Amino acid sequence: MPTTPLYRIERAGIDQIINSLWQQHFTVVGPTVRGAAIELDELHSTSDLPIGWTNEQTPARYRLIKLPVESLFAYTVSPHSWKRYLFPPILKLCLARKNGKGFHFVSGGNGSVGTSIPEAAGEARPYAFLGVRSCDLHALSVQDKVFGSGAYQDEYYRRTREQTWIIAVNCTLASGTCFCVSMKTGPKASSGFDLALTEVITQHEHYFLVETGSDRGRTLLEGVAHRPAESAEVSMGEELVENASQQMGRSLDTENIQEILYQSAEHPRWDVVAARCLTCANCTMVCPTCFCATMEDVIDLSGTNAERLRKWDSCFTMDFSYLHGGSVRSSVKARCRHWLTHKLASWIDQFGTSGCVGCGRCITWCPVGIDITEEYRAIRETYVTNTATSSTKEANDGNA
Amino acid sequence: MVPDLDVSIRPGSDIAQAMVPDLYVIQKVRKETDDTFTLELQEKSGRHTLSYAPGQFNMVYVFGVGEIPISISGDPASPVLVHTTRAVGTVTRVMARLRRGDMVGLRGPFGTGWPVREARGHDVVIVAGGIGLAPLRPTLYEVLSHRDEFGKVVLLYGTRTPSDILFREELEQWRARFDLEVHVTVDRADSGWRGNVGVVTALIHKSPFDPEKTIAMVCGPEIMMRFTALEMQKRGVNSDSIYLSLERNMKCGIGLCGHCQFGLFFVCKDGPVFRYSRIKDLMVKREI
Amino acid sequence: METLERILAEHPFFKDLSEPYLQLVTGCASNVRFEPEKFIFREGEEANQFYLIRQGRVALQIFAPDRGQITVETLEEGDILGWSWLIPPYNWHFDARVLELTRAIALDGKCLRRKCEEDHNLGYELLKRFAHIIEQRLSSTRLQVLDMYGA
Repeated sequence: MPTTPLYRIERAGIDQIINSLWQQHFTVVGPTVRGAAIELDELHSTSDLPIGWTNEQTPARYRLIKLPVESLFAYTVSPHSWKRYLFPPILKLCLARKNGKGFHFVSGGNGSVGTSIPEAAGEARPYAFLGVRSCDLHALSVQDKVFGSGAYQDEYYRRTREQTWIIAVNCTLASGTCFCVSMKTGPKASSGFDLALTEVITQHEHYFLVETGSDRGRTLLEGVAHRPAESAEVSMGEELVENASQQMGRSLDTENIQEILYQSAEHPRWDVVAARCLTCANCTMVCPTCFCATMEDVIDLSGTNAERLRKWDSCFTMDFSYLHGGSVRSSVKARCRHWLTHKLASWIDQFGTSGCVGCGRCITWCPVGIDITEEYRAIRETYVTNTATSSTKEANDGNA
Repeated sequence: MVPDLDVSIRPGSDIAQAMVPDLYVIQKVRKETDDTFTLELQEKSGRHTLSYAPGQFNMVYVFGVGEIPISISGDPASPVLVHTTRAVGTVTRVMARLRRGDMVGLRGPFGTGWPVREARGHDVVIVAGGIGLAPLRPTLYEVLSHRDEFGKVVLLYGTRTPSDILFREELEQWRARFDLEVHVTVDRADSGWRGNVGVVTALIHKSPFDPEKTIAMVCGPEIMMRFTALEMQKRGVNSDSIYLSLERNMKCGIGLCGHCQFGLFFVCKDGPVFRYSRIKDLMVKREI
Repeated sequence: METLERILAEHPFFKDLSEPYLQLVTGCASNVRFEPEKFIFREGEEANQFYLIRQGRVALQIFAPDRGQITVETLEEGDILGWSWLIPPYNWHFDARVLELTRAIALDGKCLRRKCEEDHNLGYELLKRFAHIIEQRLSSTRLQVLDMYGA
């Protein structure tokens, strides 16, 4: 029996939720079919959701497959992640304008408050994320730490995040690249949401279990047709989510991961990965926690206005670590090693959690199908074997 | 399709303060050597003086070109903000052409500083290589202005050739002091040079400091710092008492863009000054 | 007035050298003095001595037609100058020019070479010590060659 009460709503209830949020001036975004993939975009009703679609994800492979049912959430993660709304791919930081010998900042900076640039968009847009998987929910809290726990914080992220509605969806199936169970990030959403839904489709019924996670979530649910879920329904939901746990396509042993990776800088496996990796940066683009960015200066033709933009960047690019004379990490091997070590190990030292939430996107979207779980497994095996060998040797030496 | 957002940061918020530069006017430009120059700056309104610790850096912005991290190289007690840098990249080459009255943007000060306070009661050995003297100069100013709080103070400075020596007049003044030892060496010289020729690390073994009570501060090319740290350890200085200043590609300077990572450290906020014992294992790993 | 033997015994280079060998080496030693601008030796000359610098500064130089006289290293008080006397064909590879008035102890390399051939233990003791110096100089030179302050 769950500790928080579950309710049951019908598909129409979700439409009511969507409408209510729009009426409260939230932009509802969520999964929708675009071409051959499920992407994130505005949702105006449940018909915008990927009705009857599921996805097949394996290394370097993503396919949408039609189901004979009118499911709303029978897929897993899309190549998009929610970070594109809170940590936008392009963000204008400020605009500098020449005047005489010098220049001044038209927005931001000292002495120029109040002058707005012509195309100013104003406030951070309040969003409602509908369809957030547990792994992505954890990714949000990972980025909360990245952007919100240092001496300097990303205010844009914080302001947007604060207002954002989270309507989570518990996964009832897993795809071939999922490993949230290993990373302890799912498949059930445990906290950090306003509402959490579990879709139940049986031979005769199609309904949704709802768990509330906040006051405003409770209030929203009040305005929607709902009733307490019966124990059979609750069990059904639990069973479906448990199925998802059992279906995990991948696994990753996180025990001692920092020490293992820090000691494995010269592991020959890095050469194996490097021989395959194209440094295309797909993994960093689809990863829901990657946060690297660069600043770009764009000057207009008249030479009068210079914008500073913050743009997504990737540690896989050739000049990411460029210092006069050359890049520190110029070889492909060094860049692969850096990304993987950072994601699984250094992140923990930096932010207190793993950077990986087990969503599997990097595996699916790598054009050559490099699998982070396989790469790490190979490295871990050597370490474990070596440690076992040396402690056996020590024990034997002791007996000699 | 949701367009990539194009939203201005509102002024007054954290990231606006940290990511939008303040305006500074160039008071003076000095050409130090062939490729090195110094800017003396003052905040535009004249009301604000930057307060910083020796070893910290600013992100300096050139209109329309970009931003780079430059260590502060002046006297912390002076209201004039001084930056010395080499003109080796796009931004610095344009910066080298700026003149008195031109403006730059400035964000900072960022990063960790040299352990000047911790060095009180100790012998202080400063080892600088090339442009590395610039981030160490503020330390020297601070130590000299509280001279009696420190034991022996030694400055070892190495450059490529005599024409690359920075702050030459100042070095000569310092060398003339009785309470400071200054040794300068160059990697090579023509016969007109009467001073030391040899690598700066070679000056360490005969330098008069007590290894048991020395704090060493080292800045220069990474190879030079690695070998200097080794020589200092050979002399008996503990790796806990040796500090290095590292350099990495920086875009934000505030620990949010990921560029300056060195192993698990962010050079912009965990450094640039690091205790050698903390980073010595990382330093010998290639391409980390 | 310190005796040559005492000076040599106290120098780190001869540390732990046994008493009889120390006396032997002293037998090959003499005090010398060089005025500024003089050459102690020149590239190509026969190398028959090495020097223990007690005071002053000496520049090791090499001449390149297009670049003139270039100093590659300076040596001063406490440093050992010259090892070419040990290694065939026993010729100097550099010029050694005096920058500041230099007082040194000169050791007769020709004489020591003969003694080392007669007594290999002595040879080993001296070679051990020179190997250490050569290693240090090589390390330093490599760093200089790296041109680490360059672009």
